[in-house]
Amino acid sequence: MGMLHVKVWRGTEQGEFQAFEVPRLESQTVLDVVTYIQRKCDASLAYRFACRVGVCGSCAMSVNGQARWTCRTHVSKVAAEDRLEIAPLRNLPVVRDLVTDMREFFDKWARARGQFQGGKRRTDDFARVAPDSRERQQVDAGIECIGCGVCYSACDVVTWNRDYLGPAALNRAWTLVNDVRDVSRKERLAAVAGDAGCHACHTHMNCTERCPKQISPTAAIAGLKRMALAAAVKGEI
Amino acid sequence: MNTRSQVLLWGAQRVSAMVLALCVVIHLVTIIYAVRNGLSAAEILGRTRGNAGWLAFYTVFVAAVAIHAPIGLRGILAESIGWRGRSADIFVLAIAMSLATWGWRAVYAVFV
Repeated sequence: MGMLHVKVWRGTEQGEFQAFEVPRLESQTVLDVVTYIQRKCDASLAYRFACRVGVCGSCAMSVNGQARWTCRTHVSKVAAEDRLEIAPLRNLPVVRDLVTDMREFFDKWARARGQFQGGKRRTDDFARVAPDSRERQQVDAGIECIGCGVCYSACDVVTWNRDYLGPAALNRAWTLVNDVRDVSRKERLAAVAGDAGCHACHTHMNCTERCPKQISPTAAIAGLKRMALAAAVKGEI
Repeated sequence: MNTRSQVLLWGAQRVSAMVLALCVVIHLVTIIYAVRNGLSAAEILGRTRGNAGWLAFYTVFVAAVAIHAPIGLRGILAESIGWRGRSADIFVLAIAMSLATWGWRAVYAVFV
């Protein structure tokens, strides 16, 4: 099936693209290409992956300029004229080659109070949440996030405002403010509101466009904006 | 600026945008009407002087501009040149007051 012409980022923040020739195979993913390079061409190439099946969210990279989960991205979908340019995710510090430092991404989940805070004890009865309730459906729409960082990398507001929490952390907060069992709704709304939070979003929808799980962080952020504004008007935050 | 104030500013910008959407349409229709009918400056002043309706409309229009534009400018300054914090807030407040002062002065001038 011929050869793929692949350029891979080497270095840290400073570096350059290195060219490789990789055999083109049927049903080949971008992660397969990177793995081939690391195993057959240059063992010093650093990259990150784990599950290879779109569950763990660790293999996201920039492919031909767009953030993608590489394990579920087929070469046939993205390699125009059999050319690939693979780089680390944008908006995150580069550790080495294709590996980014994800700490600020996950620290922002913590800043957005992304932890569930229940009010019941183990001796209490189960909470009963109707599957067709509005809140439960809002949670369902955003709960499948795998934390891959694709949305964070695609977001221009993150680039312009380094304090901005980003789409994934805000989406997580939205699932929790809609969780009827959670008891820290006001504190979470205060944590995600304002200039570094949901109100900084410009609704570009890059996150929604690029999310590999077809989640719409934009919708979650819009919900948070309205909910936080209502809380601010009432003086709750 | 505390979080609550930031959120209320965001709300004020959205509400003022809704007001502006209506005001701009009315303003444009008025301009087109005046131009196409060849109204002179004196004829326009003849319609605005002592007219409480036009006074109220343009007073609201100027207020919406004075609220909406500086809040937007605050975001642009923060994101494009990194100017944030108290000094930037004071600067955009000055812009807001200037827009309101000049705008309402013009409204008053065509009313009396």
